[in-house]
Amino acid sequence: MPRYAMEVIKKHKKTIAIAAFFTFVLLLTGSLFLFQGLTTKNAYFFFPRRLSKIAAVLLVGYCVSYSSVTFQTITNNRLLTPSIMGFDALYLFIQTVIVMFSGQKKIAMMSGYTNFFVSVFVMIICSFGLFLILFRGREKNIYFLLLTGTVIGSLFGGLSSFMQVLLDPHEFSILQNKMFASFNNVNQNLLQVSAILVAVTMLLTVRDNPYLDVVSLGQEHAVNLGVNYRRVVLKNLMVTAVLVSISTALVGPITFLGILVVSITRKVTTTYKHTARIAMAFLTSSTLLVSAMYLTERVFKFSAPISVLINFAGGIYFIYLILKERKA
Amino acid sequence: MIRSENLVKSYGEKVVLNNVSLNLPKGKMIAFIGANGAGKSTLISLMSRIVPKTEGCVYVDNKELQQWNNNELSKRISILKQSNHLNIRLTVRELISFGRFPYSKGRLTKKDNEIIDKALSFLSLDNIQHRNIDELSGGQRQMAYIAMIIAQDTEYVFLDEPLNNLDMRHSVQIMKGLRKLVDEMNKTIMVVIHDINFIAYYSDYIIAMKDGKVVSQGYTDEIITKEVLKEIYGMDIDVQSVNGKPICLYYN
Repeated sequence: MPRYAMEVIKKHKKTIAIAAFFTFVLLLTGSLFLFQGLTTKNAYFFFPRRLSKIAAVLLVGYCVSYSSVTFQTITNNRLLTPSIMGFDALYLFIQTVIVMFSGQKKIAMMSGYTNFFVSVFVMIICSFGLFLILFRGREKNIYFLLLTGTVIGSLFGGLSSFMQVLLDPHEFSILQNKMFASFNNVNQNLLQVSAILVAVTMLLTVRDNPYLDVVSLGQEHAVNLGVNYRRVVLKNLMVTAVLVSISTALVGPITFLGILVVSITRKVTTTYKHTARIAMAFLTSSTLLVSAMYLTERVFKFSAPISVLINFAGGIYFIYLILKERKA
Repeated sequence: MIRSENLVKSYGEKVVLNNVSLNLPKGKMIAFIGANGAGKSTLISLMSRIVPKTEGCVYVDNKELQQWNNNELSKRISILKQSNHLNIRLTVRELISFGRFPYSKGRLTKKDNEIIDKALSFLSLDNIQHRNIDELSGGQRQMAYIAMIIAQDTEYVFLDEPLNNLDMRHSVQIMKGLRKLVDEMNKTIMVVIHDINFIAYYSDYIIAMKDGKVVSQGYTDEIITKEVLKEIYGMDIDVQSVNGKPICLYYN
């Protein structure tokens, strides 16, 4: 089909060019981050640490991209990302509870395996419970589920604010470290565990992309074309819950990245195919995160958290979009 | 053959479809008529498993809907509903290629591409096949969706108001196309259409509904009569014969 092949290349010229640009920026900032200031004497110390940060960024980038792109498909909505389900609020609630009740072992509890597994486990159990209870009835639709998630999210938000007021300033300062995303204290072993878990979800979802393409036409078309709509949606929600829980427990609240990444991806990709859209979103989020990490560490010397940088860039981008749309 | 037994659909207390038992003849163009809210769309949504039924059974080729493998069923029946809003950017050709999903799961074969080409030329969409759906007029968009259903190549086709948004020329083009599918390829096409004269002219068999029930059914010349139409719509409709086809005059 050379006739179609030519059309495809012509149609996606812009996307291919932007993907090449992102790859260039990613490689540039990535290698600057890895190799800048490295000498034969300090390499044994710095290099593995820098490498594991890059690995954490790529892992989190994948989690955020996959969950945000597919979440918009199953909700059939361009504005929603998994953050609406209140994952961040639940995570902060778990952290607050741990600080409040762990007594003498606070510092130990705040990092390491226990915290990671407690957070991931509670987040996954809560979301699976919510999905199974609310999505099983025949007439229930996904917006009902989202609305409930939003309400429960604000409940947890309120509860953690209340408990944070009761903490003494020392305890609160321990908690505060957990309130912003950070790639600095990523535990090597946890990174491996997370990578394995994410790899398992990748295996489970490897064949789903064509089905997600059909689901993006809407529920009725998907059912008409023989797709088991409810199964695809439920499976996808569960995978999203796992990915968001892992990435949040690993580096802190990170779902804010989703809306930016998925909007950029939508703007620059001309295809409806999920394989390409997820890949593009992954490239976008990795580029954003690596550049932001480089700036945070080397240029701003840790004076601004990574989320501030990304939100700043994202805000400028959205204002640009609004101004451009207004002119058009 | 498609057959329903005691089909019921209710939302809470409200019953929208009440004990509908039907035998739909094969290889015909079947039209569902009735006032707004009579349950026509609900009935075809239930029969094509887009909406889950409350009670009753639907048999497609003597097998109950629930016993069908979902993918196999989508090679036998297809449905196009009225509202089609897309959140993604697609070209006409890409949309139509989704019709081949039950067969090739997104990896189009040479045969799929031939069928897509045929569907395109069947509705004369060749010259806009690489245009984006959201740049088209409402009528062209509707034609693209119908082409997708044609590419799905099912024996039974349900269409919910396929003439919505279409001018006379496009409407006639579509009805002639559907007629051709019935006459030449022996498909069974079930349509909900509000314009009674399109039904009177093109359909073979009519099922008339009122308040969630089937009130009468039969061949077109049995249903398109003053008496039956009065019962369905509560209006005095003058039925004339023009060139051997019944024409309804319902304007006064």
